[in-house]
Amino acid sequence: MTAPLLRIENLSVEFGPRANPIRVVDDVSFEIEAGGSVGVVGESGSGKSMTSLSILRLVPEPPGRISGGRILFDGADLLALPRNQMPDIRGRDVAMIFQEPMSSLNPVMTIGDQIGEAILLHQDLNSAQRRKRVLELLRLVGIPDPAGRIDAYPHQFSGGMRQRVMIAMAVACNPRLLIADEPTTALDVTIQAQVLALLKDVRQRLGTAILLISHDLGIIADSCERVVVMYAGRVVEEGDVRSIFRNPAHPYTRALLKSIPRLDDERDRLYQIPGSVPLAGSVTQGCAFRARCPLRVETCAVDRPPLFAFGPSHKAACWVTAEAAQARSAAEASP
Amino acid sequence: MNAQASTRPAPVAEPLIRAEGLSKVFSSKTGLGFGGKRADVRAVDTVSLEVARGETLAVVGESGCGKSTLGRLMLRLIEPSAGKVLYDGEDLTQLSPRGMRAMRRHVQMIFQDPYGSLSPRRSVADIIAEPMGVFGIGSSARERREMVADLLTQVGLPPRYMDRYPRQFSGGQRQRIGIARAIALGPSFIVADEPVSALDVSVQAQVINLMQDLQQKRGLSYLFIAHDLAVVRHIADRVAVMYLGRIVEMGPKDAIYRTPHHPYTQALLSAAPEPDPDRPSRRIILQGDVPSPTNMPSGCAFSSRCPLAQDICRQERPPLRDELPGHQVACHFARPNPIPV
Ligand SMILES: Nc1ncnc2c1ncn2[C@@H]1O[C@H](COP(=O)(O)OP(=O)(O)O)[C@@H](O)[C@H]1O
Ligand SMILES: Nc1ncnc2c1ncn2[C@@H]1O[C@H](COP(=O)(O)OP(=O)(O)O)[C@@H](O)[C@H]1O
Ligand SMILES: [Mg+2]
Ligand SMILES: [Mg+2]
Repeated sequence: MTAPLLRIENLSVEFGPRANPIRVVDDVSFEIEAGGSVGVVGESGSGKSMTSLSILRLVPEPPGRISGGRILFDGADLLALPRNQMPDIRGRDVAMIFQEPMSSLNPVMTIGDQIGEAILLHQDLNSAQRRKRVLELLRLVGIPDPAGRIDAYPHQFSGGMRQRVMIAMAVACNPRLLIADEPTTALDVTIQAQVLALLKDVRQRLGTAILLISHDLGIIADSCERVVVMYAGRVVEEGDVRSIFRNPAHPYTRALLKSIPRLDDERDRLYQIPGSVPLAGSVTQGCAFRARCPLRVETCAVDRPPLFAFGPSHKAACWVTAEAAQARSAAEASP
Repeated sequence: MNAQASTRPAPVAEPLIRAEGLSKVFSSKTGLGFGGKRADVRAVDTVSLEVARGETLAVVGESGCGKSTLGRLMLRLIEPSAGKVLYDGEDLTQLSPRGMRAMRRHVQMIFQDPYGSLSPRRSVADIIAEPMGVFGIGSSARERREMVADLLTQVGLPPRYMDRYPRQFSGGQRQRIGIARAIALGPSFIVADEPVSALDVSVQAQVINLMQDLQQKRGLSYLFIAHDLAVVRHIADRVAVMYLGRIVEMGPKDAIYRTPHHPYTQALLSAAPEPDPDRPSRRIILQGDVPSPTNMPSGCAFSSRCPLAQDICRQERPPLRDELPGHQVACHFARPNPIPV
């Protein structure tokens, strides 16, 4: 078995005073193979962004901090690296794009210069070579008329075009991992389809592994091979995309899938999860979903469920469904 | 009743509200980076539609296509540049300010951002009871508090919360408060402008179910604005698809979803990501961006992105006309699922 490209182990992120911290990412572990695609899905505040920011050590500090765990990239722990080595990793090995490209772009610099700068950080090219490479990248991400647009400023681009520029900057140095945090949330559905197709294309052509963060189960189903479901700062389920959508094992995943309206929906009434999402860190004991869970038993209030295996590559953190699955397989095994 | 003859077959139910040739032009003086010239934006361009009693008409389209402007025009929260809105036969655009104030009992709005639309300094009871006071509903403050308690119960909030402030509530709860305020005066028609877009996925279903329950109990008519096609599929009776200020297709929900006749509708449906990893991904990916409304293509507004566009599309704007009874399409090449996949 080959070692994964990225392996997050028992990651915790806290905010607030050390004496009385709020743990917004709580013991999160998962991994990504080289060239793979993993989706992290969860509702707002579930800790998706803090998890992904941790990889590049971009958690705002203070007030936040990574309080535990390891992040192994190619076997080396990024959290143990001296801070001054992180800029070498960013861009060259791991690149990141965000929901709002405008906030990551410099408004007074041309698109071409900004992409050129990203190249310059890690590659030794003269200015003519650089311009050629920028044009190549603009073409790769589907900007029409690259030669005519290379000297334009960000505000002259639409939201979808800006996200393409961000992707061009991100892949400028052929990183091995691209982290995309809600990259299409601010875009219209037809533009979103373009950007998702572009990310797939980048992955296929360049072999870049993609960590896609989204609150939208549709996007995750469409773009990822593996799925990590987060709830209130914790991983509640993880598996290959088909297991998650066909045989969800955690009551939260099941309820979420039942509650979303679908294009082929013929139901009169949607399934409704009672209550609302707890803030990450607000549940310190037992299962964070128990207050809304139709299956809860007494244990759920007391003991935090670990991730139980539901299949070769499928895990979920639920006492009740794990026991039921175990009973089922025991019954099948007995003559 | 309005005396104007319609060429369309009469809808099953008599419309409660009807827009005729509704337009809104915004003129803005600056165009960032384009030399500060004056540009007119046709945010809504000769839109006609109707909503029957107890019916939900959904309006879908991408951002900037004029959905919110249309919603505001329907309630005369902004003045139209042309056209009229008939509520129960009465033209809202001709009402005096006083007449329009009285009309507010019947027509209300629910906003996307329940936070921005609720005054942070006032308690829930004040927010909901204020319009009641204005309209002389309830004989005393005490009676109005009882009515507020009843409204909160109807939208699924404990009445004991009525003295709290909006910031003390979650997004879903705030949207319930916005709904309670909208139904407080007993309206018949509500414009809901992307009411669940800002909510968590697990809370969207609660709000949608609530809106449907209230509709049934009170016979409400909704103009439901959305960009989420799956939500619309669930809640709408009929759907209007907008592109750059105009309706390009309108018809019964099932017709729109099963056999869209406009290439834009078809592309919009196929672009929506579905929570199903086994769905064959034969997605129609449109090229380019929505053109700027200040720089509209000639002919059909969709022609610059349409995979089927011919010369005629760039020259002549196709009118919105009946393809089937109650199903209208604005396309020179309208037919079921026009884009081959
Ligand atoms: N600067 C901050 N100070 C305090 N808490 C924060 C800060 N930033 C984020 N959080 C909290 O961390 C939790 C996780 O946030 P985040 O990772 O951004 O969630 P997601 O991306 O899933 O929406 C949230 O509950 C949020 O309130
Ligand atoms: N008050 C206004 N002044 C100038 N332009 C406006 C105003 N309101 C909306 N617009 C323009 O009208 C068009 C339609 O906007 P809107 O109705 O908000 O669209 P939607 O709700 O579909 O996103 C957009 O181009 C928008 O920029
Ligand atoms: Mg986030
Ligand atoms: Mg709007």
